[in-house]
Amino acid sequence: MKPRHLLAAALIAVCTTSHAATLKWGAQNDILTLDPHSQNHATTNGIMQHTYEGLVRYDRNFAVEPCLATSWELISPTHYRFKLRRGVKFHDGSPFTADDVVFSYHRILQPQGTLQIYVAGVTEMKKIDEHTVDMILSGPSPILLRNLVDFRIMSRGWAAKHKSENVQNYVAKEESYASRNTNGTGPYLVKLWEPDKRLVMQANPDWWGKLDGNVTEVIYTPIKANATRIAALLSGDVDIVTDLPTQDVARLRQDPKLKVLDGHEVRTIFIGMDQHSDELLYANVKGKNPFKDIRVRKALNIAVDREAIKRVTMRGLSIPAAIMIAPGVHGHSPAIDKVAPADAAGAKKLLAEAGYPSGFEFSLDCPNNRYVNDEEICQALVGMWARIGLKAKLNAQPMATFIQKIQKFDHDAYMLGWGVATFDGLYTLQSLVRTKTTGADGSFNLGRISDARLDALIDALKIETDVARRDAILREALLMTRDNYYYVPLHHQLRPWAMKKNVSTVHKADDRPESRFARVD
Amino acid sequence: MAAVEGWLRRAWTHDLAWSFRHSPVAVCAALLTLACVGGAVFAPWIAPQNPFDSATLNLTDGFTPPAWNAGGSTRYLLGTDDQGRDILSTILYGARISLGVGLAAVLFSALLGVSLGLLSGYLGGRLDAFIMRVADIQLSFPAILIALLIDGVARVALPRELHDQLAVYVLVLAIGVSGWVQYARTVRGSTLVEKGKEYVQAARVIGRHPLAIMLRHVLPNVTGPVLVIATIHIATAIITEATLSFLGVGVPPTQPSLGTLVRIGNDFLISGEWWITVFPGLALVVLVLSVNLLGDWLRDALNPKLR
Repeated sequence: MKPRHLLAAALIAVCTTSHAATLKWGAQNDILTLDPHSQNHATTNGIMQHTYEGLVRYDRNFAVEPCLATSWELISPTHYRFKLRRGVKFHDGSPFTADDVVFSYHRILQPQGTLQIYVAGVTEMKKIDEHTVDMILSGPSPILLRNLVDFRIMSRGWAAKHKSENVQNYVAKEESYASRNTNGTGPYLVKLWEPDKRLVMQANPDWWGKLDGNVTEVIYTPIKANATRIAALLSGDVDIVTDLPTQDVARLRQDPKLKVLDGHEVRTIFIGMDQHSDELLYANVKGKNPFKDIRVRKALNIAVDREAIKRVTMRGLSIPAAIMIAPGVHGHSPAIDKVAPADAAGAKKLLAEAGYPSGFEFSLDCPNNRYVNDEEICQALVGMWARIGLKAKLNAQPMATFIQKIQKFDHDAYMLGWGVATFDGLYTLQSLVRTKTTGADGSFNLGRISDARLDALIDALKIETDVARRDAILREALLMTRDNYYYVPLHHQLRPWAMKKNVSTVHKADDRPESRFARVD
Repeated sequence: MAAVEGWLRRAWTHDLAWSFRHSPVAVCAALLTLACVGGAVFAPWIAPQNPFDSATLNLTDGFTPPAWNAGGSTRYLLGTDDQGRDILSTILYGARISLGVGLAAVLFSALLGVSLGLLSGYLGGRLDAFIMRVADIQLSFPAILIALLIDGVARVALPRELHDQLAVYVLVLAIGVSGWVQYARTVRGSTLVEKGKEYVQAARVIGRHPLAIMLRHVLPNVTGPVLVIATIHIATAIITEATLSFLGVGVPPTQPSLGTLVRIGNDFLISGEWWITVFPGLALVVLVLSVNLLGDWLRDALNPKLR
């Protein structure tokens, strides 16, 4: 090699060498707990994926790739065999074995946790040898691997040593060693968590994998107030901000020091209604439940001007929704997600036909710190429904209070957003539409919808392995949910992230940045 | 008729009126205060829109800038907020809440403070020592902290639904309790002076009940300073209310006061919709400043040493 070339090569080498870098990440909410099996909460899961790993994980394009399992085979349609990765160590140095997988399976199933859906359909987990486990399913499951991404593995020995075999009971305000400390196998270790203040993670030097980026330290700071969070980015106190306030995105795009990474989230915001009680708790209609009447539900649906919400409240950062799953989720197609223009007159007529010519009064529970502009959207809905004679009493509250209230069915109607971790429509239908049981079925069917025909379709979806037939069932179930107006879908969220020019990362439709993809130059 | 005329003539030539007429600041402040109070009281009749009636709101009109800006509309003179509410109307209705809470809190404070001050000064002894030590302790906390404390306790003690209904009363109580000390101290001092005077001794000698002496004889002679304190306190109370509402612990957002409006608008400051927060803020400044100037003038006018 000539000296000139040598010099060039050396230069390139210098330029591409990764410098260890710190990523300061600002977001709206803090995590709820460090126990990976306690709360199915997107922000918490987003931090957990840094430190605890599952058998499989998503790559940049949301394809499933090996993680703690290196390969798997189907012995029969209901029998999977997983080969586990060898030489993996937990953060405390103990080796990862099949025992930990079996232990975590039993742990995630404990009733006080809310993540059972990620092992839905798995009836048995058997250790074959130190590095092999078998999974027995109740029926064929076409989406098992996608489910397993958020089934995180905890060390059995560590949990036993710290008396944390039981999942933290979050609703009962319990704390345990595992809710305050972590010990996973993932790319980052949680160094410090000061609730509502900051969470510090450091790269795991003994990680089996290799970071795509150069981030060796992550400082996660929850900043509740929108203006403060944006000010922190503008002043350079943080490198990347998620949960952008919609009104500030246009300005951030114009800032020469910043860039905005666009992307949508696989999350649909909707209104649920109590369709089970014989009388609504807070309504002024006595002796009957108006939401059991499809005409009332249809009126609520067609009175909503989704385009106005998109233009004014969301500043363009939403996709008006007619069905309960977002683009990017398997089963979604633009053909069935067409939104008809709002029709207040038609809604009024429907209400009159249903026997409520002058409307009625009911309560609307709404979180005020969870979804993009959640309270503002609810306020807008109150106005739109007021115009057809319905008086919704808005009860906006922090997510923590809200979620406990609606899980006790203490509501007439409520706003919720449903993100699809598995990228398959079944996840939404099973959680939100299937008749409620104690397990994953109907786990968030808080309006207690119960439709035997839909239940049959959903149960068929769980085991149908023929792709074409399954797609047809999925479409039918989505349409049936839509045309019975079981919910009032509002929109699918768009979730841009803003960051300094020198930061690059991969936008993820589950709205969870993964620091292993991030670079700070 | 003649009686009214005579009364007016006497009022016009009164010291206070003379000093008022010769103080342009006081006249301006009074006019501004009158405008604010008038706007607040007559809001339902003069506001272009009832911002609390959801059925009249139109989301598609949201974020309209003030009329003189590009894209503004004369329908919404000062623009609209994120829900399409007319800012001018929300200010008028918000001032209603702010003034109402401020006045009620001052009344409550004055009532509490004057009673305790009278008792303390007239009866003396252990009761006096006790009341004054409580006052000392309270003075060592900022008023806003006391108000926050009372509001916080009420929030925990009352169920949510009930608290939302009672929020305004809780706020009046909180601000009222946080401000009684000044009244009590002033009245106690004046009472101590009046107590030794001959007319009080005479009343005592003829056997009037102590309560009657306090109310009929002492009280009328100590009210001058109370009036001054109360006027200035109105401004402070409005500010305290705005601060609490700005922090999100004051009145519920369904009945926004000026402080709540400033807080809501704050979210849109960076994105350029300045009018949502600036106009309620300006209204607050004008209201408080004019009340304060009036209070200052009253203090000077009633102070014989400054004449």
